[in-house]
Amino acid sequence: MITSFQRIRERGIHGALFLCAAVSIFTTAAIIWVLLSESYRFFNHPNVEISLTEFLFGTRWAPLLAPQSFGVLPLICGTAHVAIGSLVIAIPIGLGAAVFLSEYAPKAFRAFGKPVLEVLAGIPTVVYGYFALTFVTPHILQPLLPNTQIYNAAAAAIVVGIMIIPTVASLSDDALRAVPRSLREGAYALAATRSEVTTRVVFPAALSGVVAAILLALARAIGETMAVAIAAGMTPKLTWNPMESIQTMTSYIVQVSLGDTPAGTIEYQSLFAVAMTLFAITLATNIIANRVMRRFREVYE
Amino acid sequence: MTVATAQFNLRLERRRLWGKVFAGVCVMFAAVGIVALGVLLIAVFESGWQYVTWDFLVSLPSILDPASSGIYVALVGSVWLIGITAAASIPIGVAAAIYLEEYAPQNRITRFIDLNIANLAGVPSIVYGILGLAVFTRGMQLGLSVLAGGLTLALLVLPVVIISSREALKAVPSSIRFASYALGATRWQTIRAHVLPAAIPGVMTGVILALSRTLGEAAPLIMLVRECGSIEHRNIWVTVLRGCPSRFTTGWTCLTRCFRISRPPVSSCCWAS
Repeated sequence: MITSFQRIRERGIHGALFLCAAVSIFTTAAIIWVLLSESYRFFNHPNVEISLTEFLFGTRWAPLLAPQSFGVLPLICGTAHVAIGSLVIAIPIGLGAAVFLSEYAPKAFRAFGKPVLEVLAGIPTVVYGYFALTFVTPHILQPLLPNTQIYNAAAAAIVVGIMIIPTVASLSDDALRAVPRSLREGAYALAATRSEVTTRVVFPAALSGVVAAILLALARAIGETMAVAIAAGMTPKLTWNPMESIQTMTSYIVQVSLGDTPAGTIEYQSLFAVAMTLFAITLATNIIANRVMRRFREVYE
Repeated sequence: MTVATAQFNLRLERRRLWGKVFAGVCVMFAAVGIVALGVLLIAVFESGWQYVTWDFLVSLPSILDPASSGIYVALVGSVWLIGITAAASIPIGVAAAIYLEEYAPQNRITRFIDLNIANLAGVPSIVYGILGLAVFTRGMQLGLSVLAGGLTLALLVLPVVIISSREALKAVPSSIRFASYALGATRWQTIRAHVLPAAIPGVMTGVILALSRTLGEAAPLIMLVRECGSIEHRNIWVTVLRGCPSRFTTGWTCLTRCFRISRPPVSSCCWAS
């Protein structure tokens, strides 16, 4: 029934489709290869001697000033500062919105509210940075805390927090809705009020999905580039004061790319070392998030 | 000895009150999110609305006369970029999704590819910029051109296209496939004629989301562009394919321009604001 031409064609299409799927493997391999090879050149640079411990645990990051120092802790601290601050904003709002949309909202509101939240996710990140610089800092932060500098970490954290609200809300909402109705109805049958059902039955059952959503949002906040580059400034400092300007790993990469450092110098290669650190951190966060999602799903369903 | 006959205290009023407080808190948090969006949109519109005139959209940037500069170059760049990204990412993404959904056996290679795609979806966009710099600009000798930028962004949105296309393909009922096989169709005939047309709306949704992300991504392009000030309409195909000679525009997109404006100490900015 099937001609040999058709058989060959089927095989050919199978192979071509497999190659397209393998593009993702090539991409990951290319990313790792590029970052590793250039980072290797960073640590084995002929002129400047930098050890791994000095890079990872040093506390002064000054590759473009003399005397040069390559401790990446200020950048990691800046990234953590913005990421944790953004989670402080995004978790309550995102979870509150998710609980409201899945448990309390009437159907009409949900059909309207979810797309509105998705719009927040679609706004370009440069616009968020601009919003932080021109609205959040002068009109919200400086009236409240007069010592705030123009570029500060709090504005960046607020704006990145707003940016990741849809991630937390949307994924948590899906997790909450995936809890089977029988659990809810069993709790109602035992005379629980609606808030008790939500907080004591549904939410613990959906905890894995919620934790995975938060971890994915954290990975996105760590990797956020443009909003923090505009809003938080470019001064690497080891500080937890949210009113000062800081520099994150991503905004350092942007700074070096925009500047005039020639290829092959140690400053240029520090870009790749920082990118490798950033990639390792986000990869670890994503892997943990996927594991959490998969492991707890077996326990509860 | 007393049998335990303690009264079960319902405390119904207090629990109902807590319920109302909890509901109120949730509504408040949800409202804060929507209010934040509204404030952001209003703030951005209010400060920029008066500048969006037709002249602004079609004039070229000018160092000598900032008041009459326009973003035409950046707009053309954005359009080119979306076109190249769409042309590169849609075929590969949909093909990969078809393979993963319809053809792939449940073995380690497939799980590895799945894990890869999930990880790539979470990689920061600036790392894609570095990848594009190394592979397309230097490796393939494309230079700092629109083609390199478009291919880099295609890699960036590929995981999004793959994941959403897979969801669209999963949503097609199996009965369609079985009916097609029962009538003697091969696997590719089934996919091409029945499954794919049924999944097209979902695929289109994913593609539109991916392309809207293209418009908004400035970070990878920061590494891959350079400043160009004019448009040369002749030989446009030649310059796209061969890389960017210094007069070809469209190294810029609208948003990298926004970034440049807001950081005057760092970059050489065309506008005085």
